[in-house]
Amino acid sequence: MPASDPAIQLEHISRHYSMGGTSVRAVDDLSLSVSQNEFLALLGSSGSGKSTLLNLIGGLDRPTSGSIVTNGQNIAALSPLDLARYRRDSVGMIFQSFNLLPRMTLEENIELPLRLAEIDRAERPARVREALERVRLTHRMGHRPAELSGGEQQRVAIARALVNRPKILLADEPTGNLDSATGEAILGLLREQSQHGMTIVMVTHERSLAEKFADRIAIMGDGKLLSISSAKGLAQ
Amino acid sequence: MKARDLADLAIRNLREAVFRNALTTLGVAVGVASLVAMLSLGVGLQQLASKRLSQSGLFDTIFVTPKNSFRGMGRPQREVQPDRPARALDEDARKEIEKLPNVIEVYPQVRFFTEVRFNNKPYATVVAGMPDSSKNSGSFDGMQGHFFSSPTANEAILQVEFAKDLSEKPDSLLGQELILRYAERQALAPNAADPPGNAGEPSGGFSVVPRELRLKIVGVVETEPAAGYGGYGNARLLMPLETASTLRAAQVNDLRDIVRDSKANKTTYPSLSVRAKSPSLVEALEASIKALGFNTFSLLDASKSLRTFFSVFDLLLGIFGSLALAVATLGIVNTLVMAILERRREIGILKALGAADSDVQQLFFVEAGVMGFLGGILGVLFGWLLGRALTYGTNVYLHRQNLNSIELSSVPWWLVLSALVFAVLVSLAAGLYPASRAAQLNPVDALRYE
Repeated sequence: MPASDPAIQLEHISRHYSMGGTSVRAVDDLSLSVSQNEFLALLGSSGSGKSTLLNLIGGLDRPTSGSIVTNGQNIAALSPLDLARYRRDSVGMIFQSFNLLPRMTLEENIELPLRLAEIDRAERPARVREALERVRLTHRMGHRPAELSGGEQQRVAIARALVNRPKILLADEPTGNLDSATGEAILGLLREQSQHGMTIVMVTHERSLAEKFADRIAIMGDGKLLSISSAKGLAQ
Repeated sequence: MKARDLADLAIRNLREAVFRNALTTLGVAVGVASLVAMLSLGVGLQQLASKRLSQSGLFDTIFVTPKNSFRGMGRPQREVQPDRPARALDEDARKEIEKLPNVIEVYPQVRFFTEVRFNNKPYATVVAGMPDSSKNSGSFDGMQGHFFSSPTANEAILQVEFAKDLSEKPDSLLGQELILRYAERQALAPNAADPPGNAGEPSGGFSVVPRELRLKIVGVVETEPAAGYGGYGNARLLMPLETASTLRAAQVNDLRDIVRDSKANKTTYPSLSVRAKSPSLVEALEASIKALGFNTFSLLDASKSLRTFFSVFDLLLGIFGSLALAVATLGIVNTLVMAILERRREIGILKALGAADSDVQQLFFVEAGVMGFLGGILGVLFGWLLGRALTYGTNVYLHRQNLNSIELSSVPWWLVLSALVFAVLVSLAAGLYPASRAAQLNPVDALRYE
């Protein structure tokens, strides 16, 4: 794919739900382009549709209409199996509540996407170690999530999202459960990934952090894209 | 996902809720155990019946009679084949049959109606000669006393009802003597009135001389081994065949033979017993003997009916045994449905990380299969133990009744294998609905689940 092509191209995306007989327009005719290596922050009030939009880009949900083109393919038209492969190989996702499996060690949690991708068993330890090195947590490899702080757990989630070497990283309120200092550290980590060639779309409520770390800020309201602009102050 | 990773995850998941999964597995085990125990009883009883009947010699024995034989005493009638010449069932015929392939032995049925005196009282009964080979038939297992000490001993074994006629305490008869009174057949000297061509040859006629023989009672047996199929009614006094043969006792066919062919003074037999090497060879051997011009009768048809009976019996036992397994499958469904509720978020995470619907479905399938397999192994073990316990209990009871031990249950390798396969298949079937429900979970909804 040429470097000038956008990493994510959304064309007239809508996602409508039927709830109690009424139609809810979670995302309503939204078009957006995200460049390669860009760090885009999605801001908006609760219920503005930003998490729904992130789920659509991540292939966890399907749009009611419109197209989502990443890496040259319209994921809205993919079969369920191909969509699962897209989630597995092309995107990494991190969540506000970390979503680590509590009964698995960090190593096992990070290995999970490699198992799903049927990566050779011999290759997996090195890949896990590499991912943990990127979040600087190799020394906690054998621990379980409950033995880690919130910030550390989110770093593990980032490592798990990176282990299959995706091109796109989607983060849904990654700092929502963290104190401000830890939140800054996590976003610094995301910024590093962006500088290493990763396209990042992050949903957040925290405008100041978005302005500090993101390249652009898109603001949503009622399922529509209200504005999109460059962030004012970028952390270098 | 690769099979090994799938198995790893499934076993890890099962270990997480070890108590609940162990209970579910135990449920499967109980179901399989009841199935295995029931079927092992069916198989054991079938083997017991087959072994006893096979040992009795009834199923590897062919009863041969002359074509023109008088039939009766409730024996089945066979179609007469008019195209074959009628032949005398004499020593020549016996030797000829003995030379046929797959024949172990051919012995005449020496069986005659006569009088026995015991304590100076007369008793009418049928006497039968028993070949020495019959002592290994199993028919004399559990008898009071012992088998004949030699093939030529002047000894008798009594059928228990006859023994009760002689004495209120049949076992007190052992060692006592009885007197067998019989009619000896003696060939007549050449008859001067015969036509000239017959001068110097035996007339073919015979005289009957009353004789007596003392026999020592050495045993009391439940039933006559051949159960009357040897011809002319159930024998109630058994004696060694060789001893019985030397008596030259007049038999029921003698008068018929003398009338039919006065020139032939050869000894003829009312019937011969032919023992084949195995019951499976009986049918072919019967055909060969028929081709020689004799009537035959065997219990092959009865054996086939027995097999049909036990097949139906096994089926019914299997159905009853399966009821517990059916209940166990509900346990598996319940456990897996509960697991979906508990692991809803985990399923969402797996899907977010790229698990396909089929990966989630297979994961639940493998969990159901593992529970089925482990339950199957335990169930076979429990079923076997249950069978052993039933056999033990039965044998304790039999010993108290002074009867021999039996193998009441049997768990052959095919039953072990079938039970395992059945347990896994039933468990997989039970996992169908939960697995499909788990696979269809919407990842966004699943991730929201707390």
